[in-house]
Amino acid sequence: MKTGGLRRPAALPVVSLLAAALLLAACGSGGAGGGSAGGGERVLNVFNWSEYLPDSVLAAFEAEFGVRVNYDVYSSNEELMAKLQAGGQGLYDVAVPSDFTAATMIELGLVEPLDFDRLPNVTQYLVDDLRDPVYDPGGRYTVPYMWGTTGLAYNTAQVGKEITDWADIFDPAFEDRILLLDDMPEVMAIGLWMNGLDPSSTDPADIEAARRTLEELMPLVKAFDSDTQSDYLLSGEVWIAQAYSGEAALAIMEDPDITYVLPAGGCSYWVDVMVIPAGAPNPDLAHEFINFLYRPEIAAQIAEEYPYATPNGEALSLLSEEVLGNPAAYPPEDQLARCVFLTDPGEASELYAEAFTELKLRATE
Amino acid sequence: MTGAVRRSRWGLALMVLPPVLWLVLLQVVPLALILVYSFSRRTAYGGIEYTFTLANYTRFLQPIYLKVLSDSLAVALITTLIVLVVAYPFAWHLARQPAERRGRLLLLVVIPFWTNSLILTYAWKVILRADGPVNQILTALGLAPGPVQLLYTKPAAILGLVYVLLPYMILPLYLSIEKLDPSTVRAAYDLGAGPVQAFRRVIFPLTLPGVVAGALLVFIPTLELFYISDLLGGAQMVLVGNLIQREFLEARNWPFGAAASIIVTGVTLLLVWVYVRWFSPGGVEELI
Repeated sequence: MKTGGLRRPAALPVVSLLAAALLLAACGSGGAGGGSAGGGERVLNVFNWSEYLPDSVLAAFEAEFGVRVNYDVYSSNEELMAKLQAGGQGLYDVAVPSDFTAATMIELGLVEPLDFDRLPNVTQYLVDDLRDPVYDPGGRYTVPYMWGTTGLAYNTAQVGKEITDWADIFDPAFEDRILLLDDMPEVMAIGLWMNGLDPSSTDPADIEAARRTLEELMPLVKAFDSDTQSDYLLSGEVWIAQAYSGEAALAIMEDPDITYVLPAGGCSYWVDVMVIPAGAPNPDLAHEFINFLYRPEIAAQIAEEYPYATPNGEALSLLSEEVLGNPAAYPPEDQLARCVFLTDPGEASELYAEAFTELKLRATE
Repeated sequence: MTGAVRRSRWGLALMVLPPVLWLVLLQVVPLALILVYSFSRRTAYGGIEYTFTLANYTRFLQPIYLKVLSDSLAVALITTLIVLVVAYPFAWHLARQPAERRGRLLLLVVIPFWTNSLILTYAWKVILRADGPVNQILTALGLAPGPVQLLYTKPAAILGLVYVLLPYMILPLYLSIEKLDPSTVRAAYDLGAGPVQAFRRVIFPLTLPGVVAGALLVFIPTLELFYISDLLGGAQMVLVGNLIQREFLEARNWPFGAAASIIVTGVTLLLVWVYVRWFSPGGVEELI
């Protein structure tokens, strides 16, 4: 392990943190993180994606356990990592990174192992498929929160043909009508799949081959976006969108002409997982919270509100027809079988970034 | 005697301390960190290894990154020119109003500052969408058969930049034009100059400090406002601000992102230096 090289970055940010701490101290209060601020009241600090946990669930937890929940949000894994790496340790009790980000966090020692004796609901209800995941072999550090896929959402009325694979979107009729995710690994994976290569390849030759393939797609691309793909589809701005299943599900609920497919050539599968960051001020309460979220009725409540798939086997039986019938949220088994986890490109992320920049420069030409 | 001097020195030190601290902690320290990062190396998981290397800078010299820089400078230049053309008549008109009316008009110029520019940019997104008001009007008037693709284009991004940065040009221009002695313009006319000649040879040169100051205030932020090109340009444009953001967050290559930041800072300083050297005999203070 390269601990030496990895640990050192902490040294310099400490200076600026000190400065920030001074400023905060001068303002009187330390903000988040103060575990026992209000006269011994227990505080749980949760760091989650925006629009991912209903307020009613938080309120129920607060009421039942007599605690206060401090809820902070982020909109990307990078933001989460940046905050935890730049001195955010000790601020949060629960965070919800995506699979490969969790793997990196485990590698860097940013998360603590979980005590499954205190998570009986997880042990009882977690679906079998996710008990020994590739991003956390043995499942010692992470508990799945929700999962989803990345595929193609399209408006059947506008497209006028069935799309089953990535190659189907390489059609001049779709000029300026395609949206790609503003997500390097997901976009590069399209090119890698089309060349029959490993979608997380770090081989420069593979990445170059993927770039060449994707170059042909660029004239058809209207925009890159990873936040609101449903909006692009619903406004008619694009006809086809590489989309996260949750966004596709939202679009399908609004407009029945929109459908979602996991392309035959390959698709990705992702899981957002709950972890306890190293140095969490209140790990006991964090365990209680994770266990609480795994009560079938609570998990079902979350899955009814947000169109991602629940990893809670028992909760599935409590879901409404409408939610279960959404092809984006709960895709057919045979399509799901094509999906794989994308792993972090690590050192190759520079190659990815360079290829992605070149593609974008090509898209504007 | 010496006691008094010493005491006043302590007083002075106390007075100067907060701004100096502010500068050191919030300006000098972060900049120094960025400088150190820019000579370091990225580790596999996006950490930083403190060795001295020029690799980040030489990497920026590749055609792809030089193209990013030149594209950014071109967008900044176009934006600045459009802003200037829009702002000049406005500032001129403003400076010629009676004092109380001027106050009210200036307030109108400043009001958009009360709203976060990110929110203003989202408002433009709504206005320009395929099913937005502009397209509805165009279709209703029969000027277009169907929705026109306005959003997610380069002109849309430039429009957003022009909109957000316009006040930064109006204000210095207004100050310059207000200072302009009307008798010099009258003199130009008396000596036989037409409106065009008077503008070209008298008015414009006399208001040049305002033009250049405004141009700097518009040009420099254009290089950094990555979210405007992301939101209105459909994230297809790679401006140097987008590049830096991606290197820091997605590629997790802080050293290269830092080197790109330092290069942009260098370009900016060069522009300010040109301004001070040629347009502002009074030095940097005149900028403000």
